[in-house]
Amino acid sequence: MNYRMIGRINAFLLILEAFFMIPSVIYCFYDHDRWVGYSFLIGMGVCLAVAGLLLILTRHAPAGFYAKDGFVCVGFGWILICLFGCTPYWLSGQLPQFIDALFETVSGFTTTGSSVVPAVESLSRGVNYWRCFTNWLGGMGVLVFLLALAPIGGENGGYTMHLLRAESPGPNVGKLVPKMRRTAAILYLIYILLTFLDFLFLVVGEMSAYEALCTSFATAGTGGFGVKNDSLAGFSSYSQNVCTVFMMLFGVNFSCYYLILIRKVKNVLKDEEFRLYWGIAIGSVGAITLNLMLNKFYQGSFWDTLRHSSFQVSSIMTTTGFATTDFDAWPTFSKVILVCLMVIGACAGSTGGGIKCARLLLILKGLRRNIRQLLHPNRVEVVHINGNAVDEGILANTNAYLAAYAAILVVSFILVSIDHITVTTSLTAVLACMNNIGPGLEQVGPSANYAGLSILSKSVLILDMLAGRLEIFPILILFSRGTWKRY
Amino acid sequence: MKILIAGDGKLGETLAKQLSVEKHDVTVVDSNPSVLETDVGRYDVMYVQGNCATMETLRQAGVEQANLLIAVTGSDEVNLLCCTTAHWINPHLHTIARIRNPEYVEQTYAMRDAFAISMIVNPDQQAAAEIERLIKYPGFLKRESFAKGRMEIVELRIDADSKLRDVTLNSLNSIVKCKVLVCAVVREGNAVTPDGNFILREGDRIFVTAPTDTLSVLLKNLGIITRRVERVMIVGGGKVSYYLAQALQKHATEDRDTGILKRVLPRSGIDVQLVDIDPERCRSIADQLPGIQVVCGDASSLSFLESIGLAQSSALVALTGLDELNMVIALYGKNHNVPQVIAKMSRIENSQVIDNLSIGSMISPRSLCCNTIIRYVRAMQNQTGAAVTMHTIADGNAEAIEFSIDQSAMHCNVPLKKLKIRENVLIVGIIRGQYIEIPNGDSHYEVGDSVVIVSSGNQIIGQFNDIFA
Repeated sequence: MNYRMIGRINAFLLILEAFFMIPSVIYCFYDHDRWVGYSFLIGMGVCLAVAGLLLILTRHAPAGFYAKDGFVCVGFGWILICLFGCTPYWLSGQLPQFIDALFETVSGFTTTGSSVVPAVESLSRGVNYWRCFTNWLGGMGVLVFLLALAPIGGENGGYTMHLLRAESPGPNVGKLVPKMRRTAAILYLIYILLTFLDFLFLVVGEMSAYEALCTSFATAGTGGFGVKNDSLAGFSSYSQNVCTVFMMLFGVNFSCYYLILIRKVKNVLKDEEFRLYWGIAIGSVGAITLNLMLNKFYQGSFWDTLRHSSFQVSSIMTTTGFATTDFDAWPTFSKVILVCLMVIGACAGSTGGGIKCARLLLILKGLRRNIRQLLHPNRVEVVHINGNAVDEGILANTNAYLAAYAAILVVSFILVSIDHITVTTSLTAVLACMNNIGPGLEQVGPSANYAGLSILSKSVLILDMLAGRLEIFPILILFSRGTWKRY
Repeated sequence: MKILIAGDGKLGETLAKQLSVEKHDVTVVDSNPSVLETDVGRYDVMYVQGNCATMETLRQAGVEQANLLIAVTGSDEVNLLCCTTAHWINPHLHTIARIRNPEYVEQTYAMRDAFAISMIVNPDQQAAAEIERLIKYPGFLKRESFAKGRMEIVELRIDADSKLRDVTLNSLNSIVKCKVLVCAVVREGNAVTPDGNFILREGDRIFVTAPTDTLSVLLKNLGIITRRVERVMIVGGGKVSYYLAQALQKHATEDRDTGILKRVLPRSGIDVQLVDIDPERCRSIADQLPGIQVVCGDASSLSFLESIGLAQSSALVALTGLDELNMVIALYGKNHNVPQVIAKMSRIENSQVIDNLSIGSMISPRSLCCNTIIRYVRAMQNQTGAAVTMHTIADGNAEAIEFSIDQSAMHCNVPLKKLKIRENVLIVGIIRGQYIEIPNGDSHYEVGDSVVIVSSGNQIIGQFNDIFA
């Protein structure tokens, strides 16, 4: 394994992280939160010092960087930025327990949005900006940002593909243009542009610039950290609707936006994943609205019901985790649909989490083929997506992913249930964290938070969040003995 | 530039690597997904899976915006169809096609406009020409020629009994008694740009710049005996062998080289013996080239090679399809003191491991062809001041490039010692009309000259003015 190269890339990540703390420092000193500001400065100092040390230790990194190194690099890099990103929360005393600070940071970077903060309004603005910003950065990926900025690829930059594959979600990650640096830059430009649009729409409403900025960061990364304890329930229906639309937009595969930019709109409309994504969303909104109307929720007002159901569907499906209402109080049918949406998640190549619509499509089509093969054992059939044959390796990987997903889910479920909480609470807590959503049901529902869980549960959920964001394998591989053997 | 490479084989991969390092936007198309999957993490290029001769795949690979298409799939017909189709979609596209079948060579050249091909490359023919040139001058491991064959960079190995062993470069000219310049040395796998105090050691491979007409003096003064090349044994009956045998036969009548050749190559031509294991192929070669002696047998057997006169050959050329076999045959030849041994290496890179075996010259059709294409790409990029000739030397660690000096060149008529030239760049030859100068600090170049430079750094010299710091 190329430890030096991995160390070097991680050092660059830390430098990037320190750089991104600057706006928080400015907020803190502007608000005269001296001590919080200093804790950010200390955090930056630690990042830079460790990065400097790493850079010195990893001079003369040899060439040769393979898929394994890519996975380890991404897995390690994420753990590292989470560890160093939590220093401001911890040092400033806003979250005195280290495990809470770490939970909050991991929840931020993995765009989960599960919070252990009892009262968000009491947080310093600098700290809350940092929370929401981690959502934004984690959404598209820190390494992708690094790839766009620095020519870390060097001469034979091909290996950066391993980094993109390990960090970006989806069963079949590819480049948009031949050069990796431009691919990463295009992705981030689209991302920044959409975030800015979101910000503009929000700031036109009743939100302050700071609220709009934080909310748009959290929306863009499909993270779900809010500026208020009741998430978006306190804002006007206009702001809520803006969020509904933008959450859905950030859940779309970003290569669709690239196709639109190069005027291939037809390809986007024909894309099977794109259609499935919108199909599931619209179907769920319809079902939930009907269910709520029949049960006379929201005084039987159709528009209110539609607004709340579409917001919640969009929030859960894109794995953002905002809430405008306490959906824990909804009828069971609606809650079950939301739990199903938690697992499905958004599109591959978006900022959302979950299993992803692309994988769902592969799994369903693979299943259909297997059933047909049971009937006619000698039948040969190729699975197609968008008219292209899908490689058998990708299908096998998808099935392996599903198996790993289920295994982790079961183990985490059992471990979390050691806390004296209900079955629904422990199951939805694990689901909400693994799929990077945020709120679950009952004791971890939209009106409650994760502060009451034990240290064990929090640690398990921290690993679940990382595994969910990085699509399991980069984290799982760190625990495999084969990774650390010398051959 | 946006470049499409059709075919991710040996040549396609080498091109993808080189062109992506030179900052081009490269897209590689191949129909075999597993080949693409192995390469996907190696080079910063995009991969598209599909049949490169179909419009759909070409469109998917972005042919509308591309500047150049390089068709190097295994099939000549697909390459032709690919170029024609792509050019029909995008009329501004330049196309390069690899055509290997000797039967197509004539018609593809004649119909190049109909097929919409800008350039045809034939690695086998190129390799054959290269081997032919080496056979003319036994003693050199490799020859790269510039200025239409009037100046060369030759590769020599310093053996235990070489006159150049433990000699400083300053005293080199007094030993070889002619003006030459050592522009690169490969020692233990590393290429170095030597200065005057550099001492040559056993096992070094040196790259010497010299005017072509002094090569014979150089060989004589180095004590390398050049026997008349009378008998060449070619092992393997592939396309390279066909071109080579044909060229060696023609040689008697079409001798264009100067001086010494007439001594080395008798007017009567060379006896060419060709060995192949496949009776059918032997028949077809014997049919196409009646003047040569075709032997059918297994060349991996030493006793068989001895029985057909290995020890009496003046040159042994191993051109079978297997690199390993070629290496073994070359070792047989070395063992039987065949004066010149040449082996074709298609797959295996010129590496230090093979270098230590000292099996003589190695020819890689892939890198020869790659150089030609890279030169075309660089010329497309720089309309003025582009390279005329380009060769990679020192195992790919250095490039020797010839430029013609036009009005745009900087620092004309200034003595070289006053110029600030980049590190790792050497001016090794100035060609003015008939006169070839191996430059020193007082030399200068003028408009109309050709200048040969050697660059061993990482920087890419696309046009002449790039050499200045």
